[in-house]
Amino acid sequence: MRSLGPNEIWFILLAVRWTLLLSIAAFAGGTVGGLLIALMRTSRFKGLRWAAIAYIKLFQGTPLLMQLFLAFFVPGIFGFNVDPWGAAALGLSLHASAFLGEIWRGCIEVVPKGQWEASSALGLRYWNQMRHIVVPQAFRIAIPPTVGFLVQLIKATSLASIIGFVELTRAAQVINNAVFQPFTIFGLVALTYFIVCWPLSLYSRRMEQKLALATR
Amino acid sequence: MNYVFEFGQVFAAWDELLAGALRTLWLSAASMAIGLVVAIAGALGKTSGPRWLRWVIDAYIELIRNTPFLIQIFMVFFGLPAIGIRLEADQAALLALVINVGAYGIEIIRAGIESIQKGQIEAGKALGLHPLQIFRHIVLKPALQAIYPSLTSQFILLMLNSSVCSAIAASELTAAANDIQARNFRSFEVYFVVTGMYFVLSLMFWGIFAWVERTFLRQPATR
Repeated sequence: MRSLGPNEIWFILLAVRWTLLLSIAAFAGGTVGGLLIALMRTSRFKGLRWAAIAYIKLFQGTPLLMQLFLAFFVPGIFGFNVDPWGAAALGLSLHASAFLGEIWRGCIEVVPKGQWEASSALGLRYWNQMRHIVVPQAFRIAIPPTVGFLVQLIKATSLASIIGFVELTRAAQVINNAVFQPFTIFGLVALTYFIVCWPLSLYSRRMEQKLALATR
Repeated sequence: MNYVFEFGQVFAAWDELLAGALRTLWLSAASMAIGLVVAIAGALGKTSGPRWLRWVIDAYIELIRNTPFLIQIFMVFFGLPAIGIRLEADQAALLALVINVGAYGIEIIRAGIESIQKGQIEAGKALGLHPLQIFRHIVLKPALQAIYPSLTSQFILLMLNSSVCSAIAASELTAAANDIQARNFRSFEVYFVVTGMYFVLSLMFWGIFAWVERTFLRQPATR
């Protein structure tokens, strides 16, 4: 039986790069999808609003693990073979789109109606109103909850280990199967996640308090 | 697309799926109930406990909120035996869920406690209300109204999160799905149906929670 040496620890710690890469990919995908969902959700057209609501409900009403399983198996039905990395990135992106979409919808709706009216009185059309009037104001409010969700997303990448993508959690399992020192290994992994997530949580909370003071 | 769907083999295992769904319901309801007790105790400790206790509770909250649930459940199931605590998969799942939801619950309950302004209680006293009346109408109900939305969405999150307990083969809906697809290899069909079942569970809870809010927690407080 192997023992837990520097090589094994190094193997686990290096796997954090896959966790980070997957988080970045999912956040990037989720940003694109989330913007689309937020715009649809606040749109004037009923059909678009309903489609966005259905999408959000569906992804907020089913387990992420199931979403990842389906992201893994559904492309196969259409003849595309995805590897665990592709499935995880796809599933997490779709998941993040729903949550970010709902968060950003709230931020868009907080912008007072008078701002829309004033800018249309100035002759601005939808895209220019969004770009120059609404988004700059919504952006500031959106930072704390978005960073908060990023923490959720980083933690959520651990589920990619279940569909076989070797990131931090999976690397720990692989090593643990060889050396069987679960307390040390999963403790180390928990600490690694904590070091990544905690500063983001603190930042999110600080920004939230600052914003609350500014708007009081 | 020449994939042949075979849902028949999934529905043939309907009894396993139903049993799994009931286990999921039980697991999430039990961990919510126990988690709520942990959360209330933690919130009281955090608002009125001694300094060292507040520090411990803060450390607990931060630790749980900044690590994945999957690692927490591995710690409970694989890690605890190293210090002499050996649990069945189902017990480990329950314990991990309680530990997890407790950390989120504390902040929610604390917000509820802090939402009650002192002046409200003083006004109640000035009106000559009995302490129990004050607690019921001035403290409890508004506090519940304030935290109800976050508490209930936390519960639905918990229910969805319990699917992760399949990673240690605790008996619940996702584990049932894993068993079925290991037998018949209809992975897509099984997970598709089970996803639908989770969604129905969520809809059910959304419905029940909304009904409870309409009936018992409507503003202004009715007697």
